[in-house]
Amino acid sequence: MMQFMLLFSRQGKLRLQKWYEAHPDKVKKKITRELISTILARKPKMSSFLEWKDLKIVYKRYASLYFCCAIEQQDNELLTLEVIHRYVELLDKYFGSVCELDIIFNFEKAYFMLDELMVGGEVCETSKKNVLKAIAAQDLLQEDEIVEMALRDIGLI
Amino acid sequence: MSSIKQVINDAVEKGKEVYEKVRQPNPIRLRDLIRQIRSAKTAAEERAVVNRECAYIRLTFREEDSVWRCRNVAKLLYIHMLGYPAHFGQMECLKLIASPRFTDKRIGYLGAMLLLDERQDVHLLITNSLKNDLNSSTQFVQGLALCTLGAIASPEMSRDLAGEVERLLKSSNAYIRKKAAVCALRIICRVPELMEMYLPATRSLLSEKNHGVLITGVTLITEMCRQSPDMLAHFKKIVPNLVRILKNLIMAGYSPEHDVQGVSDPFLQVKILKLLRILGCGDSEASETMNDILAQVATNTESSKNVGNAILYETVLSIMDIKSESGLRVLAINILGRFLLNADKNIRYVALNTLLRVVHADNSAVQRHRSTILECLKDADISIRRRAMELCFALINGNNIRTMMKELLTFLEKAEPEFKASCSSKCVLAAEKYSPNVRWHIDTLLKVVEAAGNHVPDDVVSSTIQLISETRTEQAYAVGELWRHLSIAQMEYQPMIQVATWCIGEFGDLLLSGHADVTVVESELIDIYQKILWSSQCSITTKEYALTSLMKLSARLTHEIGSIQQVVSAFGSHLNIELQQRGIEYSQLFTRHNHMRGPLLERMPPFEGTRAGTEQDKATITNGVDTPLDNESLLNDLTSPNNNAHETSESNALLDLLGGMEPGDSDTIKSTSTSISLTVASTPSVNADILDLLGGLDSGPAASVPTTNMNEAPPTQLPNSSNAAYLLDGLLNNSTPIISSPSSPVTNSAGTIPTSNSIYPLVLQKSSIPGITAYDKNGIRLDMAFELQETLITINLIASNNTGAQVTDFLFQAAVPKSIQLQMLNPSGTNMAPTASLTQLIKVNNPNKVPLRMRIKLSWLANGSPVQDQGEISNFPSALWQ
Repeated sequence: MMQFMLLFSRQGKLRLQKWYEAHPDKVKKKITRELISTILARKPKMSSFLEWKDLKIVYKRYASLYFCCAIEQQDNELLTLEVIHRYVELLDKYFGSVCELDIIFNFEKAYFMLDELMVGGEVCETSKKNVLKAIAAQDLLQEDEIVEMALRDIGLI
Repeated sequence: MSSIKQVINDAVEKGKEVYEKVRQPNPIRLRDLIRQIRSAKTAAEERAVVNRECAYIRLTFREEDSVWRCRNVAKLLYIHMLGYPAHFGQMECLKLIASPRFTDKRIGYLGAMLLLDERQDVHLLITNSLKNDLNSSTQFVQGLALCTLGAIASPEMSRDLAGEVERLLKSSNAYIRKKAAVCALRIICRVPELMEMYLPATRSLLSEKNHGVLITGVTLITEMCRQSPDMLAHFKKIVPNLVRILKNLIMAGYSPEHDVQGVSDPFLQVKILKLLRILGCGDSEASETMNDILAQVATNTESSKNVGNAILYETVLSIMDIKSESGLRVLAINILGRFLLNADKNIRYVALNTLLRVVHADNSAVQRHRSTILECLKDADISIRRRAMELCFALINGNNIRTMMKELLTFLEKAEPEFKASCSSKCVLAAEKYSPNVRWHIDTLLKVVEAAGNHVPDDVVSSTIQLISETRTEQAYAVGELWRHLSIAQMEYQPMIQVATWCIGEFGDLLLSGHADVTVVESELIDIYQKILWSSQCSITTKEYALTSLMKLSARLTHEIGSIQQVVSAFGSHLNIELQQRGIEYSQLFTRHNHMRGPLLERMPPFEGTRAGTEQDKATITNGVDTPLDNESLLNDLTSPNNNAHETSESNALLDLLGGMEPGDSDTIKSTSTSISLTVASTPSVNADILDLLGGLDSGPAASVPTTNMNEAPPTQLPNSSNAAYLLDGLLNNSTPIISSPSSPVTNSAGTIPTSNSIYPLVLQKSSIPGITAYDKNGIRLDMAFELQETLITINLIASNNTGAQVTDFLFQAAVPKSIQLQMLNPSGTNMAPTASLTQLIKVNNPNKVPLRMRIKLSWLANGSPVQDQGEISNFPSALWQ
């Protein structure tokens, strides 16, 4: 099971955090700080894995953004790289060649996407098409509501 | 149609503008807030923007503004991510969740996942909303609720909502089923009793076509099997189903929906392989069923991309964990061997990690990839190098030690400082275990000391010294080698200088007499020592080594004694108190006690059998230090030759410390019990009485000279004799002045005490000799009962703890007049709970029947704080020696 996922920039700014294991806020901040500085200090020649407490940390850099996941001992780190890649692909499809700014300004959308791919730290959908379909359908629901609200406001319904 | 939509959209936009103008003041949009924060130039500026916005958001929350709640919570979530407190948004999230609008719910649940976790009290409130939404008619609302439950479910929530989840697990909608399966997983992790409830619904998940449901179903079963042996037994029967699913996956043609770079649904494949591993572990029947499919996956998976390797990696793990055929295991190890050659560092990393896990089970199969593993020592990635190093040490055996050690030494030389200490220690252990001959062993240790520079741990220094000390035949060679090192040494590398000076001090005569390959002139030797002693780069410890060594040389050289005396006496005014003391004391040996100098500076007897790493000794080391040995095994051990040697060396070291001048002929001392008695008896008369030594605490420096250990032994490397180690510590540790050593324990070995079982009753029977209370202070009471057989007295010591506190590290030490021999067996323990006690057998041989007196020293930790005391027992019943 994945314990948490962090997205952060090369400058060490947190862009997304998803926790599947409960921790007090303080602990979360400490973990985040520690991992960001550890990972940013690693050289490109090094592998994408590190041992950290009793967890395995898997990270990968896409352009200016680091994707970092903490998995348990029995989990497959190579596959976790695939999970990260799948998430990036999904964001890319959704935003259309995604960049860091997309994720900054639409962080909630990035969260929604992650929630369709994974629930409770486990992959729950392995088809890209299905994830994007579910997101599109939910976005549509929201749009319909906006239209409806606006129409009501101007007295059309 | 589209034009109608266009018209409506325009109307909506216009309407919105009007609407926003009417409602004043409007909160800024999320997008604008993010822009504002990003344009802040300093941290203070950013803080100001955030604080202003937070104040505003709080205000609207207080006003119960439901129109902008969604936008405000979203802004708050952004602020939260920047690290600012946002707990005041928790209730607003709950309100959003309760709203009928999907937009509100979406942000509300997102906020709940970010701001709440299972520790929050607001859970009671959210549980109700979750229950409602799990029953919603909109699948996406149900989906949101499931997703949130999966992320933050607490045990209480799990109990409350378990039923809903079970119902949804049987839903006809795959979108709901897959999410419900993960929720069920979370619930059984929190409340394992609920597992039974999900069993029927779980089983049907495997007959699914939808991969989302399949993968979550497999994950759920995996967790059930991991948690409960009953479940594990129950699910054994699904092995054929899993095999079929996996087979279909790899046999089926290209399916664009689940394809990842030519591999069909790697996520699902890995999950199935993991479940197979759990089901097949320790079960030959299940393993048999999956052998074929594992072989198929192992051979058919495309290995050019990471994704294929992820599957191969999981397959290897499964093959190694189940009871698979040997051919399959070799195949698995070969896959890892191929991984090692992969250009991708991640794959090399997992290969080494996995090999480390399996090396003990399949050593010979891993051996075949030795050369590849050795190559990894040169990898650019430090974590790969570290693992390669560990694996190399696991692979060393008697056949490959020469080549492996060569590579490892090269590695050690170039390694990062953080590696050097552990690597050099491991080299020493490996050399100890597998060295083909002594010459090679010595060479290797010297190379290790040289290659690791200042990162050599103390145990390596002492192991090296000890090895040289105990191999008489190679001493000349070693000392020659060390001289070569020393003559070109850079003063910054302390360990090499320490080893070299110690050995040259001991065996300098071999160096000068031309037994070594080199010829050295005495004056050269003195020059080097002066360089060391006056170098600012050498540490105090090194100088202590050098000074003692130089002193020893004064008994080995013939011409330069005058200059040695000069150097030594110069240290009488050294700023460091330890060196100063040595300087003064050693100077005395040139003047007032010149007659003692020769015998005092005799060669040390070899320390034997206690070097780190000799396997049999490993056990005894711990025994000797603190693990109590029950009496029976101790007696058994006494008769085994190995242990004899070990006992002997202990006594040698101790005797040596006290007397320091028994005839240095190590061969006669070697492990023969009788020779011990000789050394005991032959302690020259110049030496102070042992009791005097012990009482010497208050005597001046001159009196303590004889006790100074000229035969400086490697620090802490006589682990089987904690006493000796303690003494040596005192000598080498600057913080402990030399003068304290006389008060340290004396334990003579059992030398002449017969060691047959019959005369060592395990429990002493009632004795005709009355017992005594030897000590009763500080809450510790020592009672002694006696058993007398001719000259042999067996004392059964009972120490009882009346301190009312937990006593740990209890150590009883004793010394007797030198015509008496004393042997102390291991105590029954070192820790005593309040009112508890421990026992220790002491054997005393009193051949001359002199009145028995005993000097004792006690130390313990009472609730962690150290207590020490000493005293003399002189109230032994006279029946013991009359």
